[in-house]
Amino acid sequence: MAMKPPVTIPHLSQVTDCTTLSGRPVLSVYGPDDVFADDLGDSLGRPGHYPYTRGVHESMYRGKLWTMRQFAGMGTAAQTNARFRFLLNRGQTGLSTAFDNPTLYGWDSDDPISAGEVGKTGVAMDSLADMERLFDGIPLDRVSTSMTINAPAAWIFTMFLANAEKRGIPLAQLRGTLQNDILKEYIAQKEWIFPPEPHIRLITDLFAFCAEHVPQWNTISISGYHIREAGATAAQELAFTLMDGFTYVEHAVAAGMSVDDFAPRLSFFFNAHIDFFEEIAKLRAARRIWARHMKERYGAKNPRSWLCRFHVQTAGCSLTAQQPEVNIVRTAIEALAGVLGGCQSLHTNSMDEALALPSDKAVEIALRTQQVIAFESGVASVADPLGGSYYVERLTRELEEEAESYFAKIRDLGGMVPAIERGFPQQELTRSAYEYQRALSERRKMQVGVTEFTNENEILEIPILEIDESVETNQISALRVLRESRDNVAVQDSLDELERTARTKENLVPKLLSCSRVYCTEGEITRRLIRVFGEYREQAFF
Amino acid sequence: MNEHPIKVVVAKPGLDGHDRGAKVVARALVEAGMEVVYLGLRQTPESIVAAAVEEDADAIGLSVLSGAHMPHFTKVKALMDTEGIGDRLLTGGGIIPTKDQETLSALGVGRLFGPGDDPSTIAEYIKERVYARRAAERN
Repeated sequence: MAMKPPVTIPHLSQVTDCTTLSGRPVLSVYGPDDVFADDLGDSLGRPGHYPYTRGVHESMYRGKLWTMRQFAGMGTAAQTNARFRFLLNRGQTGLSTAFDNPTLYGWDSDDPISAGEVGKTGVAMDSLADMERLFDGIPLDRVSTSMTINAPAAWIFTMFLANAEKRGIPLAQLRGTLQNDILKEYIAQKEWIFPPEPHIRLITDLFAFCAEHVPQWNTISISGYHIREAGATAAQELAFTLMDGFTYVEHAVAAGMSVDDFAPRLSFFFNAHIDFFEEIAKLRAARRIWARHMKERYGAKNPRSWLCRFHVQTAGCSLTAQQPEVNIVRTAIEALAGVLGGCQSLHTNSMDEALALPSDKAVEIALRTQQVIAFESGVASVADPLGGSYYVERLTRELEEEAESYFAKIRDLGGMVPAIERGFPQQELTRSAYEYQRALSERRKMQVGVTEFTNENEILEIPILEIDESVETNQISALRVLRESRDNVAVQDSLDELERTARTKENLVPKLLSCSRVYCTEGEITRRLIRVFGEYREQAFF
Repeated sequence: MNEHPIKVVVAKPGLDGHDRGAKVVARALVEAGMEVVYLGLRQTPESIVAAAVEEDADAIGLSVLSGAHMPHFTKVKALMDTEGIGDRLLTGGGIIPTKDQETLSALGVGRLFGPGDDPSTIAEYIKERVYARRAAERN
């Protein structure tokens, strides 16, 4: 006779962990004695007022909801265009583009180094021709567009501008965000081309160009997301991101710009991890720190320069490959933290992202999660509803203090660029990643479905998106046709002019735009600039 | 009899900057008593296999989260065979669908790990495979 499996009760019935996800000890209850008067006074303020702890707008989401912006990109430009239309038709309110690895590193699809990677984790983008296909039929003057690209950001952006010009859309009407944040690449995501100085020059060139020609564009999205995903704690994410921001401000000022000319277009990008209150506190602390430094340290006079406006993405690294449907719940908690933290736009991860790029079904549920928060839960009706909570205000202050002590350490090392060259932030987050893994291994931290509540002989019951190998061959043939059909004299002339200008201090963006208009490829531009700027190499360590 | 320490070459092939997992595993292998040669990012099959030959490594561990695992593992395996280290273990991890793991396994690639696998499981697996090879060589 078959034996029924024995009933085991209980697994766990008590919370034994008294630290946050980042290892911060917490009390069992917080009260008036745990906060300073100032935490509830001048440091708190009102929503829409300095120091903006409670949000960048007075009425927050009653005035304007966050933009629902799902990061999307796979295969060819035509495939990604179809995903964009799918998302817009399901109620998404902004676009966000994921590029494939060759594009992110500056290489063409037919470069030997790109073999096997074309279209795999994002859309393949070689020239203006792909940009035309990517945004075909999308009203770029009405939908804001974000592009997650960093090392070659300037020349991918000029392809975007050239496409708008061709379609007769005035550049001044374009709204969107370019990630364009190289410092976090050296720290975490590792997609660089040149050493830091020429990359930072390209970034400040874009600040200046956009201030004049594309004034509604967010010229940079200073990103903590990848720093966190690479293993940082909440405080490290906060500190390294804002320090990167200060570094860009200092370089732009050193390049001769006035802080109020460019600072209103700086934007940020944070992670929303699974520790609910710690993440909310981190987002509130980010606004307060940025406002204080911009006003007091950098002397910005325009209140818009004080605003830390940010995008939030839920934590990819919190997702599990086991019992993937449970990721819907994790993402909902994290998205709620992003909203209660006052984000301006939000990406919710799909349940299948520890397994593959998201399927249509998974991305639809992720988007619907945002819509439930926005239109059913009631949390969007009131600005900063957790303001004044003893616990949240205490955490907000602790995170601010911890970030300030990191700023002091980094300044002691000579600033962020020297600190990166010495590997300081990289080592800090490598250590945090290892400590977290140990905590999981020793069951001090838990993951449902992984460290506890595992299902034996689990069978995957969700669809998995596959990128067909034909994407690479099709992309390469299209690129060969382009190289034969374009005006190759204009291509060579514009590349020569670009290389000449790169050797001067002149703004490079107009030259990149000229290259883009005549269908120079991404890799052709990259190779010319490497001749002038050289390549960066990282010292490997673990 | 005392075994000499296991030596593992750990590398990130191709264009993939996700090195959190590779570093955590590298450190866990050291704590498990192994010697790790960490090559870091942007490695080619040639650079990886050359390092393994030079170091007389017992195993190669590749970390791939970019979706390009099939060409990377296939090329490294083929090159290991032609360079005369086909008997050494090729293992690794990343975001690798079960179907692809099965295809690679048929080519002689060892077990591939994914999100949620504890580093100690990886260390145990490498020890088991390497000690078995060394024992076979002694006989």
